[in-house]
Amino acid sequence: MSTISQKELDEFRAEAAAWVKENAPANPGFMLPLTFMEVGTDEQFNFLREWQNKVYEAGYLGAAWPKEYGGHGLDQAFQDIASQELARAQTPIMLNAIGLNWAGPLILDIGTEEQKKRYIKGILSAEDIWCQGFSEPDHGSDLGNAQTKAVRDGDEYVLNGSKIWTTQGNYAKYMILLARTNPDAPNKYAGLSFFLSPMTVPGIETVPIRKLTGEYGFTQTFFTDARIPAESLMGKEGEGWLVAMRTLEYERGARRGQAGGHVMVASDPEAILDLARKATRGGKPAMEDPVVRDKLVQLMIEARSLQLCSSRSRIQPLTQDRPASLALSSKLMSTEFYRRLNEFALSLQGPKAAYYVGEEDAYDEGIWQRAYLNSFSATIGGGTSQIQHNIIGEHVLGLPKG
Amino acid sequence: MKRSTIGFSEEQAQLLDIAASFCREKSPVEKVRKLLEDEQGYDPAVWKEMAELGWLGIAVPEEFGGIGLSLAEVVPVAEQMGRHLMAGPFVPTTLAAQAILAGGTEAQKKALLPEICAGAPASLALMEEHGDWDLTHVEAEARREGDVLKLSGKKTFVLDLPSADYLILSLNLGGKPVLAVLGKEEIGKLNARRETVIDETRRSYQIVLDGVSVPASALLDEGKAVQALRHIELVASLLLSAEMCGGAASAIDYTLEYLTTRKQFGKLIGSYQSLKHTVVDAHIAYEQARSHLYSAASNFNQQGEGEAATRMAKSVASEAFSFASDRAIQFHGGFGFTYECDAQLYRRRALWCEYQHGDAVYHRRLLADALLG
Repeated sequence: MSTISQKELDEFRAEAAAWVKENAPANPGFMLPLTFMEVGTDEQFNFLREWQNKVYEAGYLGAAWPKEYGGHGLDQAFQDIASQELARAQTPIMLNAIGLNWAGPLILDIGTEEQKKRYIKGILSAEDIWCQGFSEPDHGSDLGNAQTKAVRDGDEYVLNGSKIWTTQGNYAKYMILLARTNPDAPNKYAGLSFFLSPMTVPGIETVPIRKLTGEYGFTQTFFTDARIPAESLMGKEGEGWLVAMRTLEYERGARRGQAGGHVMVASDPEAILDLARKATRGGKPAMEDPVVRDKLVQLMIEARSLQLCSSRSRIQPLTQDRPASLALSSKLMSTEFYRRLNEFALSLQGPKAAYYVGEEDAYDEGIWQRAYLNSFSATIGGGTSQIQHNIIGEHVLGLPKG
Repeated sequence: MKRSTIGFSEEQAQLLDIAASFCREKSPVEKVRKLLEDEQGYDPAVWKEMAELGWLGIAVPEEFGGIGLSLAEVVPVAEQMGRHLMAGPFVPTTLAAQAILAGGTEAQKKALLPEICAGAPASLALMEEHGDWDLTHVEAEARREGDVLKLSGKKTFVLDLPSADYLILSLNLGGKPVLAVLGKEEIGKLNARRETVIDETRRSYQIVLDGVSVPASALLDEGKAVQALRHIELVASLLLSAEMCGGAASAIDYTLEYLTTRKQFGKLIGSYQSLKHTVVDAHIAYEQARSHLYSAASNFNQQGEGEAATRMAKSVASEAFSFASDRAIQFHGGFGFTYECDAQLYRRRALWCEYQHGDAVYHRRLLADALLG
């Protein structure tokens, strides 16, 4: 850090901002997904794939990933700046979220040279879409109990079983997969292994899942005697749980190394103020209602809490009491906050809260309604809020397991 | 919205470290409980040590006998005092020094601040029976008669009055708020009575000013009074936020201790999710409050931003400490209902802190006016 001057950073920021201004895509004429879990149509997919590639080619994605594998080899500070500028301009999301945020950092972290060379560039360019095979229909929160089988047969593993909530499963070329290689292991965790599995082999099928919004974005993935190369194994057999836990740390923001860019357009707390100004309650702007004002300020304070906790997490003397606390709490704090923010946005609308996307009289084309329903993907996915409470209670506060 | 960040100085880190061990050592809970029964309510020997450490002059410029740092460096000290329920006139003395700095004449600063920094306790008489948290709403009157001010009215929530060598008094002079400073001799003549307050670690007094006369030279700079009163409100809010964050951390630790040792139905009660998840919520509220606290500390002197950050900190810390201490009582079950259980110390302290210098709703209302238009 100390070798980079503020001047360099400022210049980089100015360049990035200018590039974003110049290149941010115009409204495509169809509704873009607010998160990577909402890519439901081919036109959305193609649009976002092209956009990610463009950002990567310009040097604003993977800026801090090593050059030899396809990154740009700069300090993390540069990527952070680029990410901030992309978010500030509310540009569309980065499509290949699982590759960029979880699989990529994991491969760079513990992968072999061969794996890095093979996978990293395709992740950044969006050439190779990645998905995640963790949850199963019968094993969501109890991930350690996953039952999809991977049986070694010569130079291959044979997969049987099913994974669910596979984001972009229908577009993916690869999957990070948690599967059971040893059903007789001394405990359920020791029987699991982790794979960088191809999705394009015979015996792997994906079926789209229709979400509560009526849209698509996830699939269920079925494995029927699907044969994948033995070299797909990440780490050693039986170490799958540890690798999966490391992956979840990336997912929950507890570990850094992500390629950058945003994979969700967070509802802007400022946008809700605009809504409060135009929405009326009892014939007056909702903004004039003292109860509404109090609630809005609470939400603004909480929005700032998220930023401040992130800032404080980098100040060691202010985290030493419970060092893992802020990192392990950030997912719960932010996902629940955005759910409540979107829910409150509906309450500002009076009877029009009952309109939905597609209704021409809906406020803001109904995005608040859709965002509220979609917000559950984050409070449920990646470990539900209730599981997060257990994790924080047990790993941060030292409370006994139930 | 501009992205918010926290700055943290080397001096803050050092003071946090020193204050943490000092307060832990000097204010174990047995001592806190012993002092509840004590008329003075704090240990003068500990006070002397705090003065020797320079803590009373942390945010006072060196030319007036202080250390010349800022309020950002006072925050970790107040936080650690709150964590150990430490009693004493640290906060009122710090506030009085700030009042003199913001509202005093050069002569008053030169005369009074070195003494305060050296350990002369000071206090403030700002609150009145009308209960308005806006400190510029002053009804206690001063009438000028030659070189003398004739006072009338009543002041409430005057902390540690009998110990105070100096008292900052807000008065209404000709329809405008002004500040005056009284010395030990004048303080001794005041008609005062101790108030019974919910936080038994505090010593709070009421004074009746009717019939009291003080020299007009007691007045601070009249032109700066409103500005000084606004400053005092914000400094008080900042330091109370610090005390509350420390208190919330302790209330949570105290509850965790019980949840990891007490068994019911054959299991540690901390394994039950209704308790586990709730204490996690309390912990998260505390973490957020602490982030706001140190944001307010590092941004305190920024125009506008400092005030907003401080009001946010007070509002969030009030709710976090209240929730943590309320649940601390509940989660101790029957024991929680006893005087012996420390949960009541935290709950009572939280109520005191929340309702001094503006509760959560008060600060949010002012924030709404500033942020929402």
